[in-house]
Amino acid sequence: MSQLDPSSINVILATDCGSTTTKAILIEKVDGVYRQTFRGEAPTTVEEPAADVTVGVINAVTEVGELAGRKLVDESGQIIRPASGSDGCDIYISTSSAGGGLQMMVAGVVREMTAASAKRAALGAGAIVMDTIAANDKRLPHEQIKRIRELRPDMILISGGTDGGTKTHVVKLAELIAPAKPQPRFGNEYRMPVIYAGNKEAAGLVEETFDESVALSTVPNLRPQMERENLGPARDAIHDLFLEHVMAHAPGYDRLIEWTNAPIMPTPGAVGNILQTIAERQGINAVGVDIGGATTDVFSVFGGTFNRTVSANLGMSYSISNVCAEATMPMLMRWVHFDMDEREIRNRVKNKMIRPTTIPQTIEALVFEQAIAREALRLAYVQHKEFATTLKGVQQKRTVGDTFSQESGGQTIVDNMQLDLLVASGGVLSHAPRMQQTASMLIDAFEPEGITHLAKDSIFMMPHLGVLAQVHPQAALEVFERDCLIYLGTCVAPRGTSKLGKPCFRYRISGDKLNESGEMRCGEMKLIALGNGNAASIALEPSRGFDVGAGSGKPLEGSVRGGTVGIVLDARGRPLALPDDRAAARETLTGWVRELDLYP
Amino acid sequence: MAHAYTPGLKVTSRIRHQSRRILPIAGEVLAEPGKTVSAQDVVAQTFIPGDIAPVNLANLLSLSPGDVGECMLKKEGDRVEVGESLARTKGIFGFFKNEYKSQVAGTLESISHVTGQLIIRGEPHPVQVAAYLAGEVVEAISGEGVVIEADVSFIQGIFGIGGEAFGPIRMACENADENLTPDRIQRDMQGAVVVGGARMTCDAVQKAIDVGVAAVVSGGMDDQDLKDILGYDLGVAITGSEKVGTTLIITEGFGDIAMADRTFRLLSSRAGDEAAVNGSTQIRAGVMRPEIVIPLSSDEKAREPEHTHNDGFLEIGTAVRVIRDPLFGRIGSVAALPPELYALESESKARVLQVEFDGGEAVTVPRANVELIQN
Repeated sequence: MSQLDPSSINVILATDCGSTTTKAILIEKVDGVYRQTFRGEAPTTVEEPAADVTVGVINAVTEVGELAGRKLVDESGQIIRPASGSDGCDIYISTSSAGGGLQMMVAGVVREMTAASAKRAALGAGAIVMDTIAANDKRLPHEQIKRIRELRPDMILISGGTDGGTKTHVVKLAELIAPAKPQPRFGNEYRMPVIYAGNKEAAGLVEETFDESVALSTVPNLRPQMERENLGPARDAIHDLFLEHVMAHAPGYDRLIEWTNAPIMPTPGAVGNILQTIAERQGINAVGVDIGGATTDVFSVFGGTFNRTVSANLGMSYSISNVCAEATMPMLMRWVHFDMDEREIRNRVKNKMIRPTTIPQTIEALVFEQAIAREALRLAYVQHKEFATTLKGVQQKRTVGDTFSQESGGQTIVDNMQLDLLVASGGVLSHAPRMQQTASMLIDAFEPEGITHLAKDSIFMMPHLGVLAQVHPQAALEVFERDCLIYLGTCVAPRGTSKLGKPCFRYRISGDKLNESGEMRCGEMKLIALGNGNAASIALEPSRGFDVGAGSGKPLEGSVRGGTVGIVLDARGRPLALPDDRAAARETLTGWVRELDLYP
Repeated sequence: MAHAYTPGLKVTSRIRHQSRRILPIAGEVLAEPGKTVSAQDVVAQTFIPGDIAPVNLANLLSLSPGDVGECMLKKEGDRVEVGESLARTKGIFGFFKNEYKSQVAGTLESISHVTGQLIIRGEPHPVQVAAYLAGEVVEAISGEGVVIEADVSFIQGIFGIGGEAFGPIRMACENADENLTPDRIQRDMQGAVVVGGARMTCDAVQKAIDVGVAAVVSGGMDDQDLKDILGYDLGVAITGSEKVGTTLIITEGFGDIAMADRTFRLLSSRAGDEAAVNGSTQIRAGVMRPEIVIPLSSDEKAREPEHTHNDGFLEIGTAVRVIRDPLFGRIGSVAALPPELYALESESKARVLQVEFDGGEAVTVPRANVELIQN
């Protein structure tokens, strides 16, 4: 790819190949400033008869070209470059998350410690963890070996022993795995990648244990000390192999690489880049979520520390059945304010799983999909909070009992009360027909506390901007600030619970466009209109047992920001709970639906 | 005008089909190009290394790992039998020696001076790959397997469980909209690929397993029934290794849905013919759909024209099926392809098409909610 002069770039074409949909956007210089102008999409084409990801790319590019009145693809099916008049573009860039997941097996000496860290590394890199083998996992050695032989992982991660600590145990683990000769899923030309991320002093012995039938790589210990994790190197190694391996089985990817003017970035990598930029520039704590067909990615920046998790088994199409299985039907149905037959629900979910590119046509289908989205987001956030913990570089005084239970220590650094901004992206959030639906899904799933601003990625542009920033940072920033984020508004919610109807908090909102005050009772929600670009001051007086950010029962003054939805006052309590009785729950939910004007 | 691409499943009465039959690890290829094979002929074979028995000798004989070596009575590579002594300690002044006798037969693969652990490798397991597709071997891949080609009737399903199975086609229902119920499964269907109509019930599947059918194919099934058959809730659509006693394939989807008329008629026309089926499904990178493959005889090849496939583009007049509620399963043809976005009942805006059903009724459906009916 030749280096281009940024000043000569006027038309930028960017695509993102998701598991379900390939999205294309056009960015053009308008009155000297870069703006996102048009967007198109088409189903991702990994399936017969096309079986070539570039077909979906060309379809999406052709659609955006038609909408823009710009010819982008020539007669031979190539993207036209450079731009000339109303033809072509100057650069083409892309991100990709097509594939649906890397399947891994992890192993560590102690289930609660090094094995748990290995699992976190694998999850954080985007893998489905098929099994975790540990010396103390209650299985006999021959049972562990049988399991290893039955699994067909794409990759294995071995950890164990702090640096300078036990060698015997981790070598014993390797001595079980090596002769088990686990077979990869994808054919016999593929050498099983094994990543060793344990005691560095045992690395040589581990290397001797494996033969040339595996592709062994050694990275820095992911648990160099008991109180400290170092997941980065292992995660990066997994991530590189993830892209290389899964992408190798998305047909047409090799051609896509040749087409682009910059290396294809994995979608979560690109989204993470942009979120970090926002958090740094504004000096805030932020959480971003990207919910796709196969995976839900959660990104957070708390106190300047960035974390990313890829919940490879939670998504809205390929993984939709898994969401229902993990969440369970009652948890799902609590978000549906009308009756649905369970048999019918189960069939609908599976039909979406086997035909992932379909979209909800009726209100009923939309409500149901958004209910599933809430649970997928909630579960993904739980996984993220478990991952983003204080084990990173923080020394703690621990007893031996603490060390084994891992209950004290290993506290999450994700604190909903400290969260300033929650950003949504991904089809079900970005394409929700009403902005209130997006805000509602975010609030119900993430349960923000205190004062939290809500925004959405207008048309799922963050991945494109993340990769664009590699080649044209100015264009990426200009488009981001003008076109990318749509501010939904602000959520105000105290932490704490009490009986329905009891006083929760008093509020007074004052600004140029708004002056309002009142009292919220437990279980209530209230939507106050405040448009985009408008701000107001808010004074909060929580009742006893409720905390809005200054301590239990203590008043707080802050500011709220308007948006396409406005201010959502949420007195439902944290943690959020609905009545156990289904009829009462439905009635409560209907009240919230009405207050927020969620559905026609 | 951009081509609107829509996926579709293959259902064709005749197509030249190739099947790659590859060993999981390197081995011996038994068929050469030009050879005609039947579905269950073995075309390649190999041996998977035997089961491993780890023996923590250091613990068992109370030795330090470094001392295990000098107590061994066998060395790496030696054959061991059940009851044979593997190691003996020196004891104290020649007394109180401790001995370990092997619990398994096999080959002593490794002795670890680091952990004091032995690995004994059991007998290798033979693995054979059958032809699956009855036809002609057109390519032999050295050490790996073969490619077989034949003219076949080919039906792709939408979802399945279980792996490869073989047997003659037996029609259990007279019409595509009849449910496959237990009374339709007969004892003499043992070994057959049983074809139902609409929904296969859990009881019917259970009876089919009891009778010993090779596979069950029908239009649909309830997810609750799938859960009962599997014993767990399926999380992601990656199947093929389930051992429930038979292979299951649904051609249309979950729920009460009749098999597509074309599919039903094609299978009916092939009743009695030997079929190879595979329930494996993978809906992610490298998509796999379940399939039914029925080789054609020479007479049948003479009668049937070969079909080429629609490239997957929506055009006026193309036959399509609606694949999402509220009109799930209905078949019609493309009447119009408006380019502008359209507001659905859900208030979402999407690109749509007009589908005309038999009888002239025309409805607006999102383009994402139809699939092509392949010829």
